[in-house]
Amino acid sequence: MRETRPAAYDSKIEGNVVFTRLDAAMNWMRKNSLWPMPMGLACCAIELMATASARFDISRFGAEVMRFSPRQCDVMIVAGTDTYKMALAVKRIYEQMPEPKWVIAMGACASSGGMYRSYAVLQGIDQLLPVDVYISGCPPRPEALLEGLMKLQDKISGERSFVAQKRELVRDLDGVMA
Amino acid sequence: MTGPELLGNLGQLLGAKIKARTEFRGETTFSIDASDLREVARLCRDDFSFDYLIDITSIDNFGEDPRFAIVYELYSLTLAVHLRLKLTVAEEIGAVDTVSDIWPSANWHEREIYDMMGIRFNNHPDLRRILMWDGYPYFPLRKEFPVEGLPSDMPDVAFSASAPLEGGPFVTRPSTATAKDREPRARRPEVRE
Repeated sequence: MRETRPAAYDSKIEGNVVFTRLDAAMNWMRKNSLWPMPMGLACCAIELMATASARFDISRFGAEVMRFSPRQCDVMIVAGTDTYKMALAVKRIYEQMPEPKWVIAMGACASSGGMYRSYAVLQGIDQLLPVDVYISGCPPRPEALLEGLMKLQDKISGERSFVAQKRELVRDLDGVMA
Repeated sequence: MTGPELLGNLGQLLGAKIKARTEFRGETTFSIDASDLREVARLCRDDFSFDYLIDITSIDNFGEDPRFAIVYELYSLTLAVHLRLKLTVAEEIGAVDTVSDIWPSANWHEREIYDMMGIRFNNHPDLRRILMWDGYPYFPLRKEFPVEGLPSDMPDVAFSASAPLEGGPFVTRPSTATAKDREPRARRPEVRE
């Protein structure tokens, strides 16, 4: 039998140990290093660039690392009008992103097709991808994108990351417990 | 020769190739036959200094015969004058000669007309669609094509669907009312005010 000891006061490690739930720790790490895939398709991409630059400074939220390889990204920011010609390419880039991954539909066009009730424009990226946050505006102000990013962070905080990632392990544990 | 002199003389220089001449607000338009296009184009570029092809556009006069019209916008950079050439294309013919060897910029303009209106250009070096994808089955700027689009599917390339029009095209009401009343909203096409 392994001996377990309750954590007791120890002056040598005081201040260096934090107790938390595994989910909370994973969520905290994930939400504060959301690397975006800048899917800039139209004028919203200009606001996305403004959000990344000094005045609005998206790095305050840990999302400044715009990656142009989908394999290094966590959140796809669909910024702009997605035409049917581009639609499957966007979907393919999304599929190349590793899990866990999220999608922000930035602006009217990405959310619903916007003013383009047209033969050429996909009527909202949510017809192809699972969207987590919709941001209104045409284009949205950088503050709106930051608000959307914070909404996504709130959503990530409430996720059950450990269970989602290790389903088999949790099932086995349940079996042992029963 | 100055630009206005050239425009004045062009009628004589081109002679019977000009079927009609229109003056509107200082802009000159010549109507020509589609069969004369290449000859007129070459004369305009080589002899009359129209070295710049600004644009080529097409018009769908749905319900009329001939159905299509093509408009060539020419400009002379040396004389600073503008000239417009117009010709008509019947639907059953549906093709005109290319001018992409005379003005290389015509290459993409003619591809766009082929893509949007379905008019073909004889001897064009690369007559593929330019905006829609290869295999898209419609010509979207033709009058019979609905504004909301039609569904289509090319596996692994692209698909399209009809956009929801919510009862009609979106129309802005011109007025001095507030933005809430002015802004575009769905209005049924049969409703007239």
